[in-house]
Amino acid sequence: MSLVSAGADLRGPLASSRSAEPSLATVGDYIALMKPRVMSLVVFTALVGLAVAPGSLHPVTAFTALLCIAVGAGASGALNMWYDADIDAVMTRTARRPVPMGRIRPGEALAFGLTLGSFSVVVLGLLVNWVASTLLAFTIFFYVVIYTIWLKRSTPQNIVIGGGAGAFPPMIGWAAVTGSLSLEPVLLFLIIFFWTPPHFWALALYRTEDYARAGIPMLPVVSGDASTRRQILLYTLILVPLGIAPWMFGYTGALYGITAVLTGAIMLTLGWQVLRENRPAERASRNLFAFSILYLFLLFAVLLVERGWGGLITRLAA
Amino acid sequence: MGEQQNDDGIVLTEAQKRARRSRSLAIAFALAALVVLFYVMTLVKGPAILIRPI
Repeated sequence: MSLVSAGADLRGPLASSRSAEPSLATVGDYIALMKPRVMSLVVFTALVGLAVAPGSLHPVTAFTALLCIAVGAGASGALNMWYDADIDAVMTRTARRPVPMGRIRPGEALAFGLTLGSFSVVVLGLLVNWVASTLLAFTIFFYVVIYTIWLKRSTPQNIVIGGGAGAFPPMIGWAAVTGSLSLEPVLLFLIIFFWTPPHFWALALYRTEDYARAGIPMLPVVSGDASTRRQILLYTLILVPLGIAPWMFGYTGALYGITAVLTGAIMLTLGWQVLRENRPAERASRNLFAFSILYLFLLFAVLLVERGWGGLITRLAA
Repeated sequence: MGEQQNDDGIVLTEAQKRARRSRSLAIAFALAALVVLFYVMTLVKGPAILIRPI
């Protein structure tokens, strides 16, 4: 029995005994399997890491590196959807994904993810360098095995530790150029790492019932609203100085510094509002969740403008 | 369900045929793109593409 059909059997109720039925899955379904919105964020942060790294990379090599990182992120998404098909079917937010909808069988998602993951790692190693390739392989492993299979269903600290997977792309982009790492990409890693908990816990605050129904031990489900709101503010208090740190260490200029300070102040304000909200989490949590996306995007966008390719954009604008 | 089974084996519906065709085309394009990528990268890196520091 092939791995593809074995996957369907492992997922019992979701297989629906359709192992012999030809697939109706379209290309769009397979693209959805890769979580394209997550892929775009991964590619953007990797691009920034690649652009601010010292040294240069041929444009085609840079494109190849970003393509491999994007495909690796897509592979991680597909493997996550393979493993989480049972809980995705229960949650409102994820019930329309291709596997719970029955358009792609779990075993097909598994095969797709493994193939893409393997290819992305090997191609990145062959065409760019093996340091970046190793980091990409570790990132995929971390997200699928450490976060999806192990942490997500077993601890309320799941997205704290598991969020590390989303923080690696700028380091991979940096390593693609330099073949090594240094403090600056580690700072970028830390910014995303400490951004992840307030971002996802703000979402979880107004999706608590969804996560509870699926049996996922997100912090609001396990520890309650009050504890979650305190921890959101705590992580935001750690995040904001980290966001400013690249300016303090002299890696960036005044534009980034001002942006980091202003957006950090807004994050803290929103985090405080979440803590002080007297009714069940709704408006303040949604505001924080939405702004946290803008916060991260602005930090990295300004970093790209100021430092990307030796400050090319800044020089062209001057 | 979704197909007819007779003595000639499984017969695909039009929807299944379209879906399979679109997947096959996507795979073909992806493989072609990979071939082009390797060719262009070989030109970029030169003949000693695999002889380099890790």
